[in-house]
Amino acid sequence: MKLWNGRKSMVCLLVLFISLLAAVTIAGQLYKTEALVTDFSRKNMPPCFSHPFGTDWMGRDMFARTLTGLSMSIRIGLLTAAVSTTFAFLLGLFAASMGKAADGLVVGLIDLVMGIPHILLLVLISFALGKGFKGVVVGISLTHWTSLARLIRGEVLQLKESQYIKIARKLGHGGFETALKHMTPHLIPQLLVGLVLLFPHAILHEASITFLGFGLSSEQPAIGVILSESMKYLAMGKWWLALFPGAFLVVVVLLFHLTGEMVGRLMDPGALHQ
Amino acid sequence: MKSRRSEGKILRFLLKQIIRMAVLLFLVSAAAFFLVSVSPIDPLKVNVGQVALGSMSQEQIAKLSEYWGTNLPPAERFLSWAGDFLKGDMGTSLLYRQPVSHVIGMKLSNSLWLMAVSWLVSGGIGFALGTLAGANKGKAVDKVISAYALITASTPAFWLALVFLMVFAVWLKMLPIGLSVPIGMEAAEVTLKDRVVHGILPCLTLSITGMSNILLHTRGKMIQVMESDYVLFARARGESKSRIVFRHGIRNILLPALTLQLASVSEIFGGSVLVEQVFSYPGLGQAAVTAGLGGDIPLLLGITVISAAIVFTGNFIANVLYGVVDPRMRKGRKVA
Repeated sequence: MKLWNGRKSMVCLLVLFISLLAAVTIAGQLYKTEALVTDFSRKNMPPCFSHPFGTDWMGRDMFARTLTGLSMSIRIGLLTAAVSTTFAFLLGLFAASMGKAADGLVVGLIDLVMGIPHILLLVLISFALGKGFKGVVVGISLTHWTSLARLIRGEVLQLKESQYIKIARKLGHGGFETALKHMTPHLIPQLLVGLVLLFPHAILHEASITFLGFGLSSEQPAIGVILSESMKYLAMGKWWLALFPGAFLVVVVLLFHLTGEMVGRLMDPGALHQ
Repeated sequence: MKSRRSEGKILRFLLKQIIRMAVLLFLVSAAAFFLVSVSPIDPLKVNVGQVALGSMSQEQIAKLSEYWGTNLPPAERFLSWAGDFLKGDMGTSLLYRQPVSHVIGMKLSNSLWLMAVSWLVSGGIGFALGTLAGANKGKAVDKVISAYALITASTPAFWLALVFLMVFAVWLKMLPIGLSVPIGMEAAEVTLKDRVVHGILPCLTLSITGMSNILLHTRGKMIQVMESDYVLFARARGESKSRIVFRHGIRNILLPALTLQLASVSEIFGGSVLVEQVFSYPGLGQAAVTAGLGGDIPLLLGITVISAAIVFTGNFIANVLYGVVDPRMRKGRKVA
């Protein structure tokens, strides 16, 4: 008899991943002050025992900076993914249950947002809001709901054909009431998976837009800022400035991807008896 | 008689798609215009300079703002801009001090082949790897390829570009560190080889990061096909695996893969913005970043519209492919 089936070990892995991500977020907060400490007696040090990621040209500890940057990225990702998911849910529901005109409007809006390349739209929104933190958060929240909204819309269209929704309508419940009371419980698992899978995109886009100079201001130790600063020192052979922060960003994003996939599989009734 | 009717249907379908594209393009430009016009960055301050503005009299400022059109309502400004745009006059770039159409043309020719090559390479290799993984579901090959796809999907393009730069340009000194041509060389002396050598790293980065989408999609479709009844039947007939993959698998998954790849033009463009920035490659993406940072509104608007046009063209071709080429879709529309 097997003590550990696939499901149980998956739950354990999931808990491990989530606690890892939480640890990074919290540690980043704790290292916040140290990330800004400059000390010219230790500048440009390659990785060593006391500074595992080395130090930059102002003597700032790269390990502390990386953790703080990651923590900031995760928090922005959390915020923007939540806002995007809410948008996607409301618009998807609205499109599929409020008649043809609403449907056309939302589908057109999705095509419109998808038509401008993501990065360019982020640049435009950030430009419109005068750059900085607000621009990043608003920009990412406004650009990432499209694919999830499409998914929700499709799901609601399917649900509308099901018996119990039809019965609810025949019993005299309004369109909005049925949507909220009878459809929403069905959509929650999909929304949750969509939410987790939005994180990686949100985080990567936050880093990208900051890297280009439109995002967080350069005093903040964000991953994008660290990497764009490292570009100037790359030709001088200071490889550690770019390698570690980027690699850890990849790891964090990867963890989110895996978490999303696992949540999806755990919630999928078809995969229940694995 | 029958063929003519279906021809008319196809024509109507094409017309509908083209109108849809034009409307969307108009809306994109309106949205972009709205975004730059609510920006707190004041074109008068950017163009004339704050110091000069401070020393001017109220009348002079009023005159200037009339010249720049800042006293007109935004809708009116948009219409006059859009009208000029349609006539081919996109305005003058403030940073490059050249007509926007000229700047975009120059940058686009640099970017276009970079994007085209990466698009082809990422599509081709992604499709091949996806097919390979899907046909061998659960085996070691599949696991390696899936892991690779997951990692590339999590890697920011600009960081990969930095790593390549570190390894190939700084450490191994094999390839140049940036730009599209050698520094200090006259345009006539630049050979094709120079251009290719400068394009290798950007192309490589873009191809690798653009691959994961198509790879995972193809893998999923291939697994579906391999579990289908007709593949089971083919196997029962004794067809070899490679024959099944080539004759039953690829035929079925090629079209959706092609559509997906056409729809991903927007992602390749986004990646090229970042990669061009790292390699200081003088392309459209870098121009967009410079325009955004420097408050060069005419150039930013021009690039937005042009890139949206490229993306919509990709989507348009994808829709047409689906609607016209696939016999199943054609039949489906007739029934409906």
